[in-house]
Amino acid sequence: MSTATQSLPETATAPEATRGLVEITKVRKSFGTTEVLKGITLTVEPGGVAVIVGPSGSGKSTLLRTINHLEKVDGGHIAIDGTLVGYEVRGRRLHELREKDILKQRTEIGMVFQNFNLFPHLTALENVTEAPVVAQGRSKEEARRRGLELLDRVGLKDRAGAYPRQLSGGQQQRVAIARALALDPKILLFDEPTSALDPELVNEVLDVIRELAKSGTTLIIVTHEMGFARDVADTVVFMDEGQIVEQGSPQELFTNPQEPRTRSFFSKVLEPAFNI
Amino acid sequence: MSSAVTKVAQPAEPAKAAGPATGQTATEQTAADPATTAAGAAGVGTSGPSGPGSRPRRPATDYSGFPLVGAKHPWRWVGTAVVALGVFGIAWSLATNPRWEWGVVAQWFTAQSVVNGLLETLKLTAISGILGFVLGFILALMRLSASPLLVSVSWTFSWIFRSTPLLVQMLLWYNLGYLYEKISLGIPFTDVRFFEVQTTTLISQFAAAVLGLTLNQAAYSAEIIRGGILSVDQGQLEAAAALGIPAWRRSTRIVLPQAMRAILPTAFNEIIGLVKGTSIVYVLAYSELFYTVQVIYNRTQQVLPLLLVATLWYVVITSVLSVFQYYIERHYSRGAVRSLPLTPLQKARKFFATHAVAPNRARSPR
Repeated sequence: MSTATQSLPETATAPEATRGLVEITKVRKSFGTTEVLKGITLTVEPGGVAVIVGPSGSGKSTLLRTINHLEKVDGGHIAIDGTLVGYEVRGRRLHELREKDILKQRTEIGMVFQNFNLFPHLTALENVTEAPVVAQGRSKEEARRRGLELLDRVGLKDRAGAYPRQLSGGQQQRVAIARALALDPKILLFDEPTSALDPELVNEVLDVIRELAKSGTTLIIVTHEMGFARDVADTVVFMDEGQIVEQGSPQELFTNPQEPRTRSFFSKVLEPAFNI
Repeated sequence: MSSAVTKVAQPAEPAKAAGPATGQTATEQTAADPATTAAGAAGVGTSGPSGPGSRPRRPATDYSGFPLVGAKHPWRWVGTAVVALGVFGIAWSLATNPRWEWGVVAQWFTAQSVVNGLLETLKLTAISGILGFVLGFILALMRLSASPLLVSVSWTFSWIFRSTPLLVQMLLWYNLGYLYEKISLGIPFTDVRFFEVQTTTLISQFAAAVLGLTLNQAAYSAEIIRGGILSVDQGQLEAAAALGIPAWRRSTRIVLPQAMRAILPTAFNEIIGLVKGTSIVYVLAYSELFYTVQVIYNRTQQVLPLLLVATLWYVVITSVLSVFQYYIERHYSRGAVRSLPLTPLQKARKFFATHAVAPNRARSPR
């Protein structure tokens, strides 16, 4: 919690990035008696790319999952473009939204999972078109056209009819990214998108995310790929034991970390990754 | 055949003729004879790992021209022969032992009363099977819900109906009139009655049979469906929720189709069990297949042949159901396997296409 929230360098933001401001305020979350988030405050500017790093069990994934209300917070709140996620203010209380309204909010927040979580009984294209038709009420024809466009964008147009199990891990994750993009989200959450991939497949996924970083969508990425983090992030956030220890530009954090905990973490993970 | 080989073989290859007389044409990359490779080393030796200056190593022999021969399994043939002999023995005794009275079987197999009984059996199976699985689905959802009351009601239902013998349940439903003379719908603790009926008129043999079979079936299918739903990865629900897909659609479009793969084999076990389980309603003197057959053999004393009639019909029903099962399971395995296995029909077609066409072109149906 040392440095103040880092505002974005102007060069990184695309001009159209006017939506997708994420404000996380004093968020707490416990599982049983274990407190996994101990008052997290973090702002990600519209079109910004925040990369969250830290040891396993530090609460990175949980934080990500609170942003689209897959995980309810025990305290604090999260707002996207000034609108609270999962709650609404009535009087002086925050009332949890009904399922229907939460689902509507979630269509503005895309999520990509570590294990892809593609629907195995649906083809790549069906995976991509399901939500736009059901959750946004688009026509099947429109969803299909847009779905093929998105699959083309991630380089998989010719595999549209394939079932997930017929695709490699990297291809599956790219379909999952296309599926998340299909709802035109303001924000995209990536939960260790390359952790389940063979090393030689990691880059094809990272390349797609790099492209997205330039598109003006706000990205929040939990990853262990430090080289990629340095490359793509405007803000790197280091978390440990449920707290943000330090945050800053990749340059600041990787080359000159202030906190001893940050330094010791990076000394363990950076050396091999920085021989690029 | 040998002419083809020599045509392909290189001229500077004297060892070729002594090589395996295969008739394969894969001899283009001829077996690398040590002598040949040593002489013209520059061309072939590139694949060798030997670096410059290292001692020239004898290159590995190239086996690409050798035909492959599968392993022999003599004991498999012995086993096959023993089993075939056993099967033949059983078939022979069935066919030749006059006490099976196949003539009587044939005579009764399509008799009107037997067919009527068969239709009753099918009716009972269909009605209580469908109702049982619908109720079972509801019970499974209750059991998986967040409400402790729904969970415990569902649990208790399964507990009671799985721990009571089906025979007892049947007799209990049929004799409900003894416990409750009248069944009425009204406002409790008042004299207002919208409708009142004698229990014995409401609970016919058919109603008791359907009620007993349905409730019993529901208790079992609830557990089967619950197991199927639990077998679907939690991440699937999360991904669907993250995409904003509504709860009902999540269940029907995402979870159930995947759960079906785990549900179907056991569900068909249950339905096939139910087909024969319906025979228990003979205690209600309900004239389904088994009871009909009993009535006949009590009259004609041809006990075994008539039991055989019933059995054969059960075999027919089960066989038809098994075919359905195969195709339904295949349908739901989309995406679960990399490529769907061929159906028996496709296999047969492929067999005829590859085997039968060339030599028997005239006779083969294609």
